[in-house]
Amino acid sequence: MIIGTVLAGLLCLALVALIFQRRAMGAVYAGCLLGASVLLGDGIYHLVMAGHEEIPAVVLPFGVPWLKAHFRVDALSSFFLVAINLPAALASLFAIGYGGHVPQPQRVTPLFPLFLFAMNGVLVADDAFVFLVSWEFMSLASWLLVLSDHTSADARRAGLVYLVMAMFGTFCLLPAFGLLAGPSGAYGFAAMRAAHLSPLAGALVVALAIVGTGSKAGLVPLHAWLPLAHPAAPSHVSALMSGVMTKVAIYGLIRILYDLRGDVGWEWGFVMMVLGAVSAALGVLYALMQRDLKTLLAYSTVENVGIIFIALGLALAFRDHGEVALSALSLVAALYHVVNHALFKSMLFLGAGAVMQATGVRDLDRMGGLLNRMPVTGVTFLVGACAISALPPLNGFVSEWLVFQSLFKAPTVAHWAMRFGVPVVGVAMALAAAFAATCFVRAFGIAFLGRPRSEAARAAQEVPFPMRAAMAIPAVLCLCLGVIPVTVTTGIANVVEPLVHVVLSPAVLGWPWLSPVSLTAGSYSATMVLLSGAGLMITTLLVVHRFGTRAIRRAPVWDCGHAEDIVNAQYSADSFAQPLRRVFGSVVFAAREEVEMPPPGDTAPARFRLTMTDPIWTYLYGGIVKVVDAIADRVNPLQFQTVRRYLLMMFLTLVLLLLVVAVRQQ
Amino acid sequence: MTPADQLATFGHVSYDMAHLIGAVILMMSFGLLYQRRLTAVIRIYSFQAMVLALAAAWQALVQDAPHLYATALIALLFKGLAVPFALNWLVRRLGIHRTVETALGIGPTMIAGVGLVALSIVLVLPVTASAAAMTRENLALAMSVVLLGLLMMITRRNAVTQVVGFMSLENGLILAAVGAKGMPLVVEISVAFSVLVAMALFGIFFFRIRERFDSLDIAYLETFRGERQ
Amino acid sequence: MTAFFYGLLHTVLVLAAAPLITGIVRLTKARLQGRQGPSPLQPYRDLWRLLQKESVIADSASWLFRVAPYLIFVAVWLAATIMPTFTTDMVLTPAADLIALVALLGTARFFTALAGLDTGTPFGGLGASREMYVASIGEPAMLMVIFSLSLLTQTTSPANMIAYVLSGHIGIEVSVGLALAAMVMVAIAENGRIPIDNPATHLELTMIHEAMVLEYSGRHLALMEAAAMVRLLLFMSIIASLFFPWGIAFVDSGPMAVGLGLAAWLAKVTLLAVLLGFFESLVAKMRVFQIADFLGGALLLALLATIFLYVSEAV
Repeated sequence: MIIGTVLAGLLCLALVALIFQRRAMGAVYAGCLLGASVLLGDGIYHLVMAGHEEIPAVVLPFGVPWLKAHFRVDALSSFFLVAINLPAALASLFAIGYGGHVPQPQRVTPLFPLFLFAMNGVLVADDAFVFLVSWEFMSLASWLLVLSDHTSADARRAGLVYLVMAMFGTFCLLPAFGLLAGPSGAYGFAAMRAAHLSPLAGALVVALAIVGTGSKAGLVPLHAWLPLAHPAAPSHVSALMSGVMTKVAIYGLIRILYDLRGDVGWEWGFVMMVLGAVSAALGVLYALMQRDLKTLLAYSTVENVGIIFIALGLALAFRDHGEVALSALSLVAALYHVVNHALFKSMLFLGAGAVMQATGVRDLDRMGGLLNRMPVTGVTFLVGACAISALPPLNGFVSEWLVFQSLFKAPTVAHWAMRFGVPVVGVAMALAAAFAATCFVRAFGIAFLGRPRSEAARAAQEVPFPMRAAMAIPAVLCLCLGVIPVTVTTGIANVVEPLVHVVLSPAVLGWPWLSPVSLTAGSYSATMVLLSGAGLMITTLLVVHRFGTRAIRRAPVWDCGHAEDIVNAQYSADSFAQPLRRVFGSVVFAAREEVEMPPPGDTAPARFRLTMTDPIWTYLYGGIVKVVDAIADRVNPLQFQTVRRYLLMMFLTLVLLLLVVAVRQQ
Repeated sequence: MTPADQLATFGHVSYDMAHLIGAVILMMSFGLLYQRRLTAVIRIYSFQAMVLALAAAWQALVQDAPHLYATALIALLFKGLAVPFALNWLVRRLGIHRTVETALGIGPTMIAGVGLVALSIVLVLPVTASAAAMTRENLALAMSVVLLGLLMMITRRNAVTQVVGFMSLENGLILAAVGAKGMPLVVEISVAFSVLVAMALFGIFFFRIRERFDSLDIAYLETFRGERQ
Repeated sequence: MTAFFYGLLHTVLVLAAAPLITGIVRLTKARLQGRQGPSPLQPYRDLWRLLQKESVIADSASWLFRVAPYLIFVAVWLAATIMPTFTTDMVLTPAADLIALVALLGTARFFTALAGLDTGTPFGGLGASREMYVASIGEPAMLMVIFSLSLLTQTTSPANMIAYVLSGHIGIEVSVGLALAAMVMVAIAENGRIPIDNPATHLELTMIHEAMVLEYSGRHLALMEAAAMVRLLLFMSIIASLFFPWGIAFVDSGPMAVGLGLAAWLAKVTLLAVLLGFFESLVAKMRVFQIADFLGGALLLALLATIFLYVSEAV
């Protein structure tokens, strides 16, 4: 099969990279590009043909002897194949130009194809064993990539936290699959679909799945590894980790909750909605406080994962109350946001990588004025910023519009928790959307606009062609996905129908109006909006240039007559976020500003200090670490006993066990 | 015409008006939570009492219960005019400065207020499922006003505003009473007199506290009792 | 065909009437301050004058600075074409709903803030930072108002909302009153009127909107001013059409009904303009950090409007 061939090819590429080191770097990345493109094409083919053909499945004779390895590509897998291999291809293209600039390229190049291999392996797995092995492979490959710059203390710390969280995630998924398999040990997905679980086992499976996949996707409060690990990895890898690996986690969640477990109660949907709302609001609030461009983007991923969880939770709640059409709508919204986010987040990370290569800095306060010096990067970053802030007519707006439409319909579910909870979730999501716009005005404005704040920014140069192409292609795609929403939703409907057991009527998805609920309940036509906008723009240009003058004069900036050459008089990233930091940050992060003024006559500079604490890190993670430390301290003396003590312990254990057997025999 | 017939005649409008008046009273409670200045707080309380009088008058019209007109008059005269006048006199006499420090910030207080409104709705609506729609909703609004009055009492540090919170709580109780059919006048007179007695007591206490501590901030009481250093 | 004609008429009308409405607001404020005041047609003359002047652009400004006024103006104008004023029979009516309207206004604000940052001056950053701060709480409040209205009317499309209200399904509904109060508060914030921002200030510490357009001149400034005027008219139309929709014509109404709709709309927005002038003269500007309390109050009012719908069992 094609997929199998490509996956085997990726493994070979890894081997090649290991053997040939730097010389084969370009070839390896080109090979990855080819492989990812083939997988993308295959995914699109299967998606289009879904429902018209037999679902391809294959059993290969390796792995666990009595289980073997099952692979299957159904509609959900093919959708995620598309969502994952598109950014993967773009990252490979980017790496052809960027790969030599990472701190330790010989540590990155062999692992990149392995990473792609593992992610695709998770998607096509049809039994728990293949799924978990690929999942672990994915974690390990990305962990090694995070550690590639092992000389940096930050990267080492990031690697440790990431490893612990990844192990925790798998630690939750293992019993989940075990419970799904049941006492008979039926680990194939087909058997899991047919099985019936006791209520306790079912509840445990859902809880473990949410925690396990949520930790990989970046749900608050399990998100702490994201802002450490994503910036530490090289930029093309960060793009994949942030845009793509989180989506693999979401795939795992959808697979378990909708396909394998089946009958999930609406209370879990409510829990997911609340977790998603908290992640969305907190994630973007964290992002607003960051000065490092990549950490900002990582926190923004937390926000978008929160939005996806809100939509998934809504779908569960609707389905349990019998509103299958609305459930399908929410699921379509979630999947649309999956592909949108994968696309624009990868593009933004690649842009950040380009900026880092051109200037060598990651701190927003050292950048500025890059739009004139790096025109292509600037334009693509602007498109990404607009898309992630949900501005029409780009794709981010369509998926958020769909989520809002489902939210506005949610109070039809009669339970009081939903009726009062949904407006609160709505407030959180609206706040998250507004904060996201602020965050990206800040990120783009401080980095690319204004005057350069450092010598490095002044000397920036545009990046080579493969990197520019890798950023320009998703920019165009963002516009396309925003302008043809009906085609995309029809495609996604093919995926959603088998999961929710409903057939979405074509009237609901009629071209060119995207009318998810009904024509009277609210519709959006991106093409009409775009055409009208274009018409109005042409009219404006004609009127202004006909009745006004076209003269332009360049002059030094006016600045109310106070023009100074001090570039640091411009607003910095911290200054821009100050009003929001004061209103919200003082509550959530205990943000405090202190100014030390020297006494009059003293020529020492005044100092401004900003202190913030991360409450989740300090209380949750810090608390757990303290407990673990305390237990470890108590247990430590066991390491230093005499031989006689050890013999005594063994003897006592043996006697105890024999006693237990004796008692049970009675 | 029997009261039931009259209700039927007014139909939708009676329901809407009662709903509207009750909502205005609740909005005044939120206004009391939002305001920081003492004179504004007393003014809002006086408006709330006047709207309460309007609510009682409307219920008198709809239920054909003339004694409720007396309730409305008592609410207007005592609570809308006399009590605010007395409080303003107290404030001028004590010369206390106008800004009020809240124990909890305005934002969290308002959020707690909305939460309490949601709580009362969730509690009252299912429990009274068999009663008439107007009564149920009146009860939900009244309970919200009571809870918000309590919230105001615990989030303020100045004794005068705590008293106003207590008074607005009492307004909520009266709102609930006029909504239910057949509340006798005796209850109203006793309630009104108890309010006046409470006012007199509070006034005496204000003077005593002020004499002793030179301030009406109850934080000083806590220091005196050894709870705080 | 009539839908296309009415849509075109509506588009031209919102642009033509916007400077007049701003002129009426300024005249009302002037009269209340005891001055003679400029004629209500003065904004037209101002825009014409600005169009004729050359545009002076800073050396360090990028292409975004030159392109932004056009984008901003078109975004606001497009948002204004979505909101029905005198008839719901317009060609663009099914193309976008209120959420898209909010998002289009967000686009305009996004680029205004970016233009402010592109100047590289502290004023631009000041204006952009404060504008985004006000929007961070104001936009959610507006979305929650739309949420509560859509719960009541089962739709997010403004034309269908108007039809629902006019068909008499709603009595004296408290939630609508609360939503109106919240909407008025958000409208004041979005348009930068007192008490949020002073549109006529020269002091940089009291500026929000002015600080962002400080570096613009000539036709670019004309476009930014025109965008602000159209935005003011848009919000007045939202309040007039959604909350007081009497007089609006429907599909298949005759020209008489459309004429009545036009007259009704003009009367309503003129009245709102005079009321705004009164309100701005009576109230003082708030401190910047009190704006969060103000808009937070609007947000909570909108949330209460949703909860009240459950109480009145209209949902």
